[in-house]
Amino acid sequence: MSSAEDTTDRNKTEPLADDARVDLDAVFEESQIQEVFDQLDRDLVGLTPVKTRIREIAALLLVDHVRRQFDLASDTPTLHMCFTGNPGTGKTTVAERMAQILHKLEYVREGHLVSVTRDDLVGQYIGHTAPKTKEVIKRAMGGVLFIDEAYYLYRPENERDYGQESIEILLQVMENQRDDLVVILAGYKDRMDRFFESNPGFRSRIAHHVDFPDYDVGELCSISELMLAEQHYVFSDDAQMAFEDYIDRRMRQPYFANARSIRNALDRLRLRQAARLFKAGGAVTKKQLMTIEAEDVLASRVFGLPVESRSSD
Amino acid sequence: MRLTQGTFSFLPDLTDEQIKKQVKYCLDNGWAVNLEYTDDPHPRNTYWEMYGQPMFDLKDPAGLMMDLEEARKTFPNHYIRLTAFDSTHQWETPRLSFIVNRPPEEPGFQVTRQEWEGRKVRYTIHSYATDRPAGQRYQR
Repeated sequence: MSSAEDTTDRNKTEPLADDARVDLDAVFEESQIQEVFDQLDRDLVGLTPVKTRIREIAALLLVDHVRRQFDLASDTPTLHMCFTGNPGTGKTTVAERMAQILHKLEYVREGHLVSVTRDDLVGQYIGHTAPKTKEVIKRAMGGVLFIDEAYYLYRPENERDYGQESIEILLQVMENQRDDLVVILAGYKDRMDRFFESNPGFRSRIAHHVDFPDYDVGELCSISELMLAEQHYVFSDDAQMAFEDYIDRRMRQPYFANARSIRNALDRLRLRQAARLFKAGGAVTKKQLMTIEAEDVLASRVFGLPVESRSSD
Repeated sequence: MRLTQGTFSFLPDLTDEQIKKQVKYCLDNGWAVNLEYTDDPHPRNTYWEMYGQPMFDLKDPAGLMMDLEEARKTFPNHYIRLTAFDSTHQWETPRLSFIVNRPPEEPGFQVTRQEWEGRKVRYTIHSYATDRPAGQRYQR
């Protein structure tokens, strides 16, 4: 409650004089946004275009804040976003961060993320969809509504599909309650493009289209190290080399889902490590419990397959 | 006669801004808010009709305000109250409740006296509005 009072108080203060100066650095410092950027850089490998866009948005909001002190009125910027990219490129993770960032910048009041898919929005019979969609929107108020695989909302092959109803409610809220809610759509690039073609209203209401690039081998290696460190494991030097080789081979296999595939691979490595330790029996040291050896990696299925298999292409 | 029920009942009706702050307070305490309506304002009529579902998982008052606006449009001539329910173990009860919409005209209550044996008198109150069937009360 106190924060609400603060805002009203701040709005009441006299506008600054025309020749007054505001130190942007100080404003930046005060918002503590640098912390979030640092964390973003630490936790998210690569994704340069995404980070750049986040910085731009942060700059816009800060400048807007300062402009308001000079009583320079402007509309609240629309911050509805669309994240496109292949599976496992970090769309959900970034969306979560986005909620925190927007909260720090005082664009949203609560900074929570409500993550939904078609099933949560669209009902099964007539009159079921509107309450369901509204329920979700109410929950997301004051935070970020993240709609994963948003293109499933619209099914052109079935003209009586209830998805359209949900889309209309969303559009209305996105337009009228911009102060209360930020909507982030996410999905694969090509299907998202098709979705926007059939729903031009959506495209025009979304100001930021952010494309998530695929990771390269080096980035995937750093990601795997981060993931392992989180769970208190380390690669031995041999295992490190072997895993790089593994990533290289795995990338050429069908259904490669970037960071998600890496996570799954690491889970299997832990499984093999445990099996190996168990088989050896006897006493184990802390180091042994933490270390993943090359043999754990090399036991993987992909090393048996011919490298040049590119059946997915 | 102005109906006084629930919290803040002797204050002037809360503005939307004030309602929002109260809701924020409820949500910060982890209570679930919901809206109820009735056109039978007898004080013993405890259970009012629920408007929509109770709003668990709400984080921000804006969601409730959206529903309240709709409720006011649907039932402009009814009483609407906001109730905050605390689901904590051993509370499990409404913690805060106040009226957020009232009919434009409130005719009030009649006191009925019943003569009883030995010159005893029994009192009961009766809302003038309930003389008409439900749904048609408070209409001019």
